[in-house]
Amino acid sequence: MRKTIAALALTLIACPANAETFQERLAPCLACHGEKGQSETENTPSLGAQQAPYALIQLFMFREKLRVFEPMNEMTKALTDDDLRTFSDFIATMPKPVPPAEAGDPARMQRGEALGRQHRCNSCHNPDYSGKENVPRIANQREDYLAKTLGEYKDNSRHGYDGSMADVMAPVTPAQIADLAYFIARVR
Amino acid sequence: MMSYSSAPRSLLLAGAFFGALTLNAAAQQPATPSASGAAPAAAAPLPPGSPLIGRPADSEAAAKLAPIAPPPLATAPDKLPLAKLKVPAGFNVEVYAAGIANARSLAEGDKGTVFVGSRLLDKVTAIVNKDGKRSVKVIASGLYRPNGVAFKNGTLYIAELSQVSRIDKIEDNLDNPPKPTVIYKDLPKDEAHGWKFIAIGPDNKLYVPVGQPGNNVLHDDAHGQIRRINLDGSGAEVIARGVRNTVGFDWNPESKQLYFTDNGRDWMSEDVPEDELNRITKVGEHFGAPYCLQGNIVDPEFGWGKSCSDYTAPVALLGPHSASLGMRFYTGSMFPKSYKNAIILARHGSWNRSKKVGGDLLVVRLNKDGSVKSTEPFLTGFLEDNKYVGRPVDVLQLKDGSILVSDDWNGAVYRITYGKQKVAAGK
Repeated sequence: MRKTIAALALTLIACPANAETFQERLAPCLACHGEKGQSETENTPSLGAQQAPYALIQLFMFREKLRVFEPMNEMTKALTDDDLRTFSDFIATMPKPVPPAEAGDPARMQRGEALGRQHRCNSCHNPDYSGKENVPRIANQREDYLAKTLGEYKDNSRHGYDGSMADVMAPVTPAQIADLAYFIARVR
Repeated sequence: MMSYSSAPRSLLLAGAFFGALTLNAAAQQPATPSASGAAPAAAAPLPPGSPLIGRPADSEAAAKLAPIAPPPLATAPDKLPLAKLKVPAGFNVEVYAAGIANARSLAEGDKGTVFVGSRLLDKVTAIVNKDGKRSVKVIASGLYRPNGVAFKNGTLYIAELSQVSRIDKIEDNLDNPPKPTVIYKDLPKDEAHGWKFIAIGPDNKLYVPVGQPGNNVLHDDAHGQIRRINLDGSGAEVIARGVRNTVGFDWNPESKQLYFTDNGRDWMSEDVPEDELNRITKVGEHFGAPYCLQGNIVDPEFGWGKSCSDYTAPVALLGPHSASLGMRFYTGSMFPKSYKNAIILARHGSWNRSKKVGGDLLVVRLNKDGSVKSTEPFLTGFLEDNKYVGRPVDVLQLKDGSILVSDDWNGAVYRITYGKQKVAAGK
């Protein structure tokens, strides 16, 4: 199913109306976010196997400047609704990011795991942190990006689509954010 | 988030603590997790606004439920679920306007413009009717969760998450509308239940609700209520308390009493509590939240020592988790006589229930004394195979007696008429 969508996306986008092919349009995205779903760029998220509805919401919010980050606001400002759908559907077909080779410090992993249960992260984001629909995959996301994002939700400098994450993060301390990010980046 | 941090804070945390606690029922004090970095206690408090407060920890079925976010893009007009919508014999449904992402509250201007608020976008949109043509244009943007809109004497009122503003003579300036002027901002900034429905009463005052800042919390004096203010923002007065979160109200055209929907708490069970239809008979009445639910259940956390007889009971129950939102009395003459002065009420539809309920409009008929005589479906079909193909938010009677319905899932507004109509929209 997803392969079909991706193939369809490729053909649709490569039509004469667009001077660039889909691959050409995709190249600047992958340059920062990684060719194979895994980002090697500081503070920049891996996109692989991201939930398409979540990816669509974020691309939309970037375009509408409801989520402010200038490079992404710039990249998305000319995209049509169909472009947003095409890119978010494609993102979902990329391979999911992989955890780091080493298992991580057992004490920190345990703390992070407990925090994930305590704050019910593992409910909406699923027990394996793969996400569902409008709730993003966060398993094996970059640790720096996770920590940054959780901090931004906590101080409400990143407005969510709705307010859920601002509320969830209110009582979580910076030390706990560090442990959560450490754990989620390495979860297996 | 700090506005309820004074006296009730410890109680509030205790409530959240017990809500999350399932393993050790004997625990009596909410142990504060030490800041030393030790492993956190299994049942530390959830944040006051968390939609997960009260969720059972060990239920797989419960773990599958989470608030449902609508798609950010409006559905193309030809993809709207119009063919699936069902109304009683003699009624018709048409698409009135499409392409209004996250269309929420509705208000009609003196000159026939329909204003549409939004909860997830930063925009208020106008559906403009001019020279027999209908068009959609954004008339205000850069707002924060501008869910509420109301109109009176040429002025549009907009309710954002924590402030109310106005644009005078809006219909004369639709092509170049001035920025909204803030008239009232003595409001909490909580995200949870912070978005607002607003309406102007027969007393010429603007009614502004402040929901509880979370699923089930012991709120302070600034929350869990409906206020009214003068149209310049002065003279705020609390007229109802114990209101968890109302997103729709209107005045009985005969008694002038205010009726309002109120959403029941989540996670207590699949089937209770139900959402409420309430009626205010005197200023300052208390409707129970968070102590008494649906008029006859004391809350498992906050109801100890409380009695439902101390609070005003609802006039009707509207289904568990059904998210009953917009409602208006029908005063037009287009619909059959049996609809006169009945309430048309939108149920957005549940998320906190395995088998979804709602996703429809109800017609609620009243007795002479204002009590509820009957409740029956009016518009159905938004819920299909336990999934939403649309979600109704607000209803609005136009001057011609037809009814508009907003759908924030598809970003559309539908119009319901009765009898043979010249359909201006041209579907």
